Amino acid sequence: MLSRCSRAFTTAHQFRRLQSTLVIAEHNDKTLTPITGNAVSAAQQLGGDVTVLVAGAQCGAAAESAAKLTGVARVLVAENEAFKGLVPEAITPLVLAAQNQFKFSHIVAGASAFGKSLAPRIAAKLDVSPISEVIAIRSADTFVRTIYAGNAILTFKAKDPVKVITIRSTNFPPAPEGGSAGVEKAPDGDYKTDLTTFVSQELTKSDRPELTSAKIIISGGRGLKSGDNFKLLYDLADKFGAAVGASRAAVDAGYVPNDLQIGQTGKIVAPELYIAVGISGAIQHLAGMKDSKTIVAINKDPEAPIFQVADYGLVADLFKAVPEMTGKL
Amino acid sequence: MSRVLVGVKRVIDYAVKIRVKPDKLGVVTEGVKHSMNPFDEIAVEEAVKMKEKKIASEIIAVSVGPAQSQEVIRTALAMGVDRGIHVEVSGADYELLQPIHVSKILAKLAQEEKVDLVILGKQAIDDDANQTAQMTAAQLDWPQATFASKVEKTDAGLTVVREIDGGLETIKCKVPAVISADLRLNTPRYATLPNIMKAKKKPIKKVTPKDLGVDTAPRIEVISVEDPPVRQAGAILPDVDTLIGKLKEGGHIK
Repeated sequence: MLSRCSRAFTTAHQFRRLQSTLVIAEHNDKTLTPITGNAVSAAQQLGGDVTVLVAGAQCGAAAESAAKLTGVARVLVAENEAFKGLVPEAITPLVLAAQNQFKFSHIVAGASAFGKSLAPRIAAKLDVSPISEVIAIRSADTFVRTIYAGNAILTFKAKDPVKVITIRSTNFPPAPEGGSAGVEKAPDGDYKTDLTTFVSQELTKSDRPELTSAKIIISGGRGLKSGDNFKLLYDLADKFGAAVGASRAAVDAGYVPNDLQIGQTGKIVAPELYIAVGISGAIQHLAGMKDSKTIVAINKDPEAPIFQVADYGLVADLFKAVPEMTGKL
Repeated sequence: MSRVLVGVKRVIDYAVKIRVKPDKLGVVTEGVKHSMNPFDEIAVEEAVKMKEKKIASEIIAVSVGPAQSQEVIRTALAMGVDRGIHVEVSGADYELLQPIHVSKILAKLAQEEKVDLVILGKQAIDDDANQTAQMTAAQLDWPQATFASKVEKTDAGLTVVREIDGGLETIKCKVPAVISADLRLNTPRYATLPNIMKAKKKPIKKVTPKDLGVDTAPRIEVISVEDPPVRQAGAILPDVDTLIGKLKEGGHIK
């Protein structure tokens, strides 16, 4: 009887020790994308060893950066032409091979366009239900995420044996540098796929900080009335060293490219300071920015819903208030 | 000429302010306005456009859910879809139904109906999961073109422009394939009254996950659904100078 008890205890104990997480790194063939650092810190909250997988056509530099992140025990590198453009059809079999070899309890990626494309494909192959855009980790199997455009918070227990998770970067601090993990080769295999071929990327060029990691964001909506008028926001943003974002209305009207969209279906941001200019504050927009520390709204409509979440509101014509502010900074 | 399967989900209308249930295990859905998931309208529109361009020969709309899901299938039929399939799941089973279950159902139907293309919305605005298309592609071992803002048929397959974090990306994929529609793929049409009338005559087949051999055993256990923290009401400031003063106080301006 006693021995059976102690065996049960040992099994449970071993199970806990066997927690291990694979973080799938995101990079652009030159540098590691910052969201990888957030994913590593989320992985540490799960307990157990953290392994980072870096796959790409050229990913030596990214692998070195990953090895320096605090909390990383091991980096697996897979450098192969097949991973050009990081197509999920090629990366999924690589992750499955790594999973087969190391039997991770958790697989984590950032909830970026890359992670969102890839994680569900991996989960389906493992026959597990993926866990999207986690905002908090309660335990190794209990997670918190938002539903209904951030208007409800769901806490749930995942019953599947392997947890495939994407994390919302704004909810996990980036893992600092200071680690020195060993770098190994990822499992070999024929990962070339003819299902999908990467052709090209047209990236929006900007000298301003990247939206999802910017400390200050100045965002424009339909009230800007034209793409040219966004110059008012760029001038103000330059004074703050801020990134510029937009509401869906501004993107749909063609004022700015779609990758600047903040909201339920665009980017989720949580900067120190968010200045919403000419944005009414629809549910879908609030979903993307309401965790910002300080929110400022500049809008001429005193009834605009944005004022209900703003710490400081200015009921004013943006075409007067914004240049005045730029001039006085 | 290809056959297209589109997935449509009935969700609480995007303009409704949702309410969390007193038992904190879900949101109130009874007596609340529902409509087709906005991304699915875009998926339907794209399929109908393909038919108009004679790229698609037949379009089938599928919805997985309770009896009322037939309403969104009717909407799809009124937009130009040829026929519908309603996969009935209701009550507690539906509340715990996840994209993994839906993707298995869609994959099974894609094979049974011998379709060449599955078009889905990129995410449902209720669970915000953004998983079903990717998982359907994986179940079928088909390529996935997620977050599509432009789809072109070529001799070899499809050329798809995708919305990614830093801008846009172009990929080529073979068919059969799964596409997930982003907001900017198209502007969905309104169904006209004659088309709504015609849609009433179009067939909707009813099946269950069991008929398709799909196990819908729950993969998660809901612990709680709660309201998000409420932000403190702020202050309306009289002028730009006061605003600058407040931002200086907050340390945002040095």
